[in-house]
Amino acid sequence: MDMAIEPASTDETPGLGRSRLLRVAVPAIMLGLTLLAWEVYVRVNAVPPYILPAPSLVAQTLVKDWGTLYPALLVTLRITFSALILALIGGTLLAVLLVQSKWVELALYPYAVILQVTPIVAIAPLILVYVSSTQAAIMICAFLVAFFPILSNMVQGLKSVDHNLLNLYDLYGASRWQQLRLLKLPAALPYFMTGLKIGGGLSLIAAVVAEFAAGSAGAGSGLAFRLLEAQYRLNIPRLFAALVLLSATGVAIFALTSVVAWLSLRRWHESALAREN
Amino acid sequence: MIEAVSSGTPDGAEAVPVPASPRSVVSLRDVTKRFSNGTLALSRMTMDIRKGEFVSLLGPSGCGKSTALRIIAGLGRASQGMVDWPASRIGRDGRPDADIGFVFQEPTLMPWKPVFDNAFLPLRLKGMGKGEVRDRVMGALETVGLKDFAKAYPRELSGGMRMRVSIARALVTDPKLLLMDEPFGALDEITRQKLNDDVLRLWSEKDLTVVFVTHSVFEAAYLSSRIAVMGARPGRVVADMLLPRPEGRERDEGFRSSDTYADLCRTVSQALVHAIAAPAAEDA
Ligand SMILES: Nc1ncnc2c1ncn2[C@@H]1O[C@H](COP(=O)(O)OP(=O)(O)OP(=O)(O)O)[C@@H](O)[C@H]1O
Ligand SMILES: [Mg+2]
Repeated sequence: MDMAIEPASTDETPGLGRSRLLRVAVPAIMLGLTLLAWEVYVRVNAVPPYILPAPSLVAQTLVKDWGTLYPALLVTLRITFSALILALIGGTLLAVLLVQSKWVELALYPYAVILQVTPIVAIAPLILVYVSSTQAAIMICAFLVAFFPILSNMVQGLKSVDHNLLNLYDLYGASRWQQLRLLKLPAALPYFMTGLKIGGGLSLIAAVVAEFAAGSAGAGSGLAFRLLEAQYRLNIPRLFAALVLLSATGVAIFALTSVVAWLSLRRWHESALAREN
Repeated sequence: MIEAVSSGTPDGAEAVPVPASPRSVVSLRDVTKRFSNGTLALSRMTMDIRKGEFVSLLGPSGCGKSTALRIIAGLGRASQGMVDWPASRIGRDGRPDADIGFVFQEPTLMPWKPVFDNAFLPLRLKGMGKGEVRDRVMGALETVGLKDFAKAYPRELSGGMRMRVSIARALVTDPKLLLMDEPFGALDEITRQKLNDDVLRLWSEKDLTVVFVTHSVFEAAYLSSRIAVMGARPGRVVADMLLPRPEGRERDEGFRSSDTYADLCRTVSQALVHAIAAPAAEDA
């Protein structure tokens, strides 16, 4: 009996299951150990909370100050995602326009580059002057930062279409619109996804930096302002709590964009396929 | 058995005695192609492709075979000379309304689309719906033996299977003229022989006209009803051989091992050697 069951259970599956378990367990245990070491260090040395709060205190603060932090998180999320979505739409549309003709590209591309290379902190005050709503101004800053990587990736992607496929479309008399929709845009998808991943991270960073520059106050302020505010008041545990929320947001954006990229490319693009030989 | 019809004859097309079907599908007249970097790829190439022929363009690498094929397909413009379509009307975009199927040297599939959608593409570009032509597309896939792989992605296929998808795509519009650019160059001998037989079967069943670019003397001798041997620098037709096939269009394993085939290969091979040795000035 035993002998008959043995072969089936020594199949690859248990090994695979174990490696998948380890994949989650190893980083989780590592994170737990780091937090524990931090906690122990703070308690043993009696480090005052205004220098370095223990993880447990940060967690308590997160719960206690949720009423202040949560609305700020929502503001930051709204700014980040609306900036990202606008950048995705704008970057793609402009890229499509740029690849239509060499002249359009020559005429417009310099502006995109100038906007990109000028540090955002330097433009922010100007935008704050021109735009009366602080949140709108912050969103414009975040948009400008996320826009360029999406644009340049899309331009590259739209230009990298296999020439033979272009010939094939010509041969069958495809219209420009068919060529764009059925060939160029799908072929550029991997590049779009790269732009999305970079742009997603950048729009959060830009939203925070722009809010630092704006220094706005009141009900409509985001996490960056709460962070600055906590610093002024030497409320370091709350500063850490805001920081944790920002990191978590960044990780979530990264995970989300990676999943989106994987889902859309998994059937056909090398970047999302497991190498099987 | 083999007639060397025109060798260096100016205006060879008119001089060729054509037994079966005299109607030209497409004719090249003094086609010259110079690329923007100055390379003279084709020089005064003149050739008639007649209905029902299986023409192989045979020649050394770089002699302009692909260039000639692209010009026939309307994908590149001749610098001088003309491409005439006696039997078709020319559309507003300068393309003949003749249905052309083109098989590139690489499979050239869209990796983001499953096999079915890849084969469906030419019909889709003509504005047809997936539902109305499903049977037609499946028929084309069946012809190349890939009916069961309609839902697979190109990544999940072998090189030979991808090439067959590309052939199915070329066939789905029921073209009158099939242009193939070294379609089996990268395949192993067995797959290659099988696909050779498949193409021959299609040729006889569907009454196609085929222009087939190849490096291989053996492939050209096996497949063709006519071989145009091209010389390099500049590219032009050096020898034009008719290979009458009174026994019908079929070829099989028996033919592959026959003396007839061996003789044929030797003759074609000699013509190719001659073509490579021929001084380019001869044509000028
Ligand atoms: N886009 C191009 N620009 C410049 N020169 C070109 C271009 N395409 C081809 N050529 C030149 O034209 C000549 C003929 O090229 P072509 O691709 O037609 O050769 P071929 O006979 O198909 O060769 P092969 O059997 O190796 O595919 C070559 O000398 C090549 O260098
Ligand atoms: Mg070639």
